[in-house]
Amino acid sequence: MDLGRLLQAMVERGVLLRRIMYVVLAGLVIADIVVPSKYDRFPWESIGGFGAFYGFISCVLIIVVSKALGYLLLYRPEDYYDE
Amino acid sequence: MSEVLHPSILLFTGALVVAVLRGRLQQGALLLIAATLIWLVFSLPGGVFGATVFLGIELSPMRVDKLSLVFASVFAIITLVGAIYALHVKDTPQHVAALMYAGSALGVVFAGDLVTLYVFWELMVFTSVWLIWCRRNPASMAAGFRYLLVHALGGIVLLAGIILYYLDTGTVQFAQIEDTGLAFYLILVGFLLNAAVPPLGAWLADAYPESTVTGAIFLSALTTKTAVYTLIRGFPGTELLVWLGVVMALWGVVYAVLANDIRRLLAYHIISQVGYMVAGVGMGTIMALNGAASHAFTHILYKALLFMGAGAVIHMTGRAKLTELGGIYRYMPVTFLLYMIGAFSISAFPLFSGFVSKTMVVEAAALDQRAWVWLLLSLASAGTFLHTGLKLPWFTFFGPDRGLKPREAPVNMLVAMGIAAFFCVFIGIYPQWLYAMMPATVDYQAYTSGHILWELQLLLFTGVGFFVLLKHVGGEPKISVDTDWVYRKAMPAVAGALHRVGGGAWQTTLGALMRKLTALVATVSAHHGPQGILARTWPTGSMVLWVAILLAASLLIYYL
Repeated sequence: MDLGRLLQAMVERGVLLRRIMYVVLAGLVIADIVVPSKYDRFPWESIGGFGAFYGFISCVLIIVVSKALGYLLLYRPEDYYDE
Repeated sequence: MSEVLHPSILLFTGALVVAVLRGRLQQGALLLIAATLIWLVFSLPGGVFGATVFLGIELSPMRVDKLSLVFASVFAIITLVGAIYALHVKDTPQHVAALMYAGSALGVVFAGDLVTLYVFWELMVFTSVWLIWCRRNPASMAAGFRYLLVHALGGIVLLAGIILYYLDTGTVQFAQIEDTGLAFYLILVGFLLNAAVPPLGAWLADAYPESTVTGAIFLSALTTKTAVYTLIRGFPGTELLVWLGVVMALWGVVYAVLANDIRRLLAYHIISQVGYMVAGVGMGTIMALNGAASHAFTHILYKALLFMGAGAVIHMTGRAKLTELGGIYRYMPVTFLLYMIGAFSISAFPLFSGFVSKTMVVEAAALDQRAWVWLLLSLASAGTFLHTGLKLPWFTFFGPDRGLKPREAPVNMLVAMGIAAFFCVFIGIYPQWLYAMMPATVDYQAYTSGHILWELQLLLFTGVGFFVLLKHVGGEPKISVDTDWVYRKAMPAVAGALHRVGGGAWQTTLGALMRKLTALVATVSAHHGPQGILARTWPTGSMVLWVAILLAASLLIYYL
């Protein structure tokens, strides 16, 4: 049960955790810009911070496209297959 | 097979023993059989055993080489993990089915010829379906029957392919399948159906979420991965598979966005992850094939861990939908943390197992200069973390508090999850252990600054996207139609329409015939009926007349 309380304490300090995450995110992008790229098989591999951009865009694209497909085509009520 | 014991024989015999035992003895037997299996598989010598000629066909029922051992090893590990996870279950058919199912899957990966492979292939279907039926509710019964029918159809296609292949080439040895036309494609379709490649893959997300909590562990591990094994063995470098794999990786991601049932979400991510393996097989380079095999290995372990976590939640709360779960991290913290190890592994976070295997497939695409494949597989990676690592745990363990106060999962479940979690971290930290098992020498360095920075950025900024769109990503109390719509809605509708139209036509035809019949009856009754001309005299009268006619006739014939 101590583990549960530890997690709860972390959740209660959510604002602090979020700020730490901001620092980590910024640090990552800066590191990617500073550290010389190891690969150049594709043009974008040498652009610093491209991974961050691609990750965010991918996430938004997946949610928007999937939800659109859901509403336009795929979603049905839960009892759709009931005979 | 006198030289070595076939692991399938161990498991089939073990299943018989488990069938007659009960209680503590049964639990002991389960653990003993699973532990013996691990020892047996890890000590198997290479070679072909029990080769024989049957009806002029050369059979090699047991071929042990590096590729079959990769899959057999992880099947053995997951059999032990699954047995421990199911230890509390007092339902003998489930234990028996699970052991026989694992035995059949091992039979497939050790089969040196297509005939042996086919026999075990079909056995897998008939043993695994019990893990769905044993949930014992109408939904699981129906899903089980659909599962059975789809796989029966797949089996027929495979068998037709094998027979044609034998006629074309004169051999049933299972090596790379030669492109002989129809036979090649029939066998390929048979394998692809079990690998759950769209549009043939809807059975997976239909059936797995309806299975028993403990049966899902075996299901998630065995059927699709034996199919991946057969693809690596039979169809390396088949270009079509690259694109099927990419479509599959994205297909699973889209449906996972729409899923509300937690195990259906995970089931769609099996499809997505197997997509990486199928794409790897299609690329066919040494790096890609090693990547496919190692990703199958890590996938079985982390996917089982995820299914065990979701199963523990269902077992303790009795709920399976994101819209009905939430706020239980305080009550099930160990389950939550172990689940997250699986989630970090599937998402390919550095230091977790998926990182050392998934990136190998993606790297193979880079070395081949396949830009689109590389970009789309990376996109699917983002989707994997989005659902398995963020959406599912957020709305299950955090999110809105639904007033649920479940207890922590039983110890045996936690131990099983712990073992799988150990392997996820161990392989992530020490990938050489995994790489040493691969069929070809692995010339790949996962931990480079380039890979780590790319992967961390991709995943963490996916997380940013998730929290930005948090209001729109939750589950919705809806279901989404997949290609199983064809046989669950369209075909019954067509059959119903045929019944109505055909029934009408039948009635009309019958009516027309009936009128003719009625007219005939009327004619007959006009002559023979009570008022008929032939019924005016008594029957004795007409009898006398007929006798006179016959006598006259015989007299005539006599004189002639």
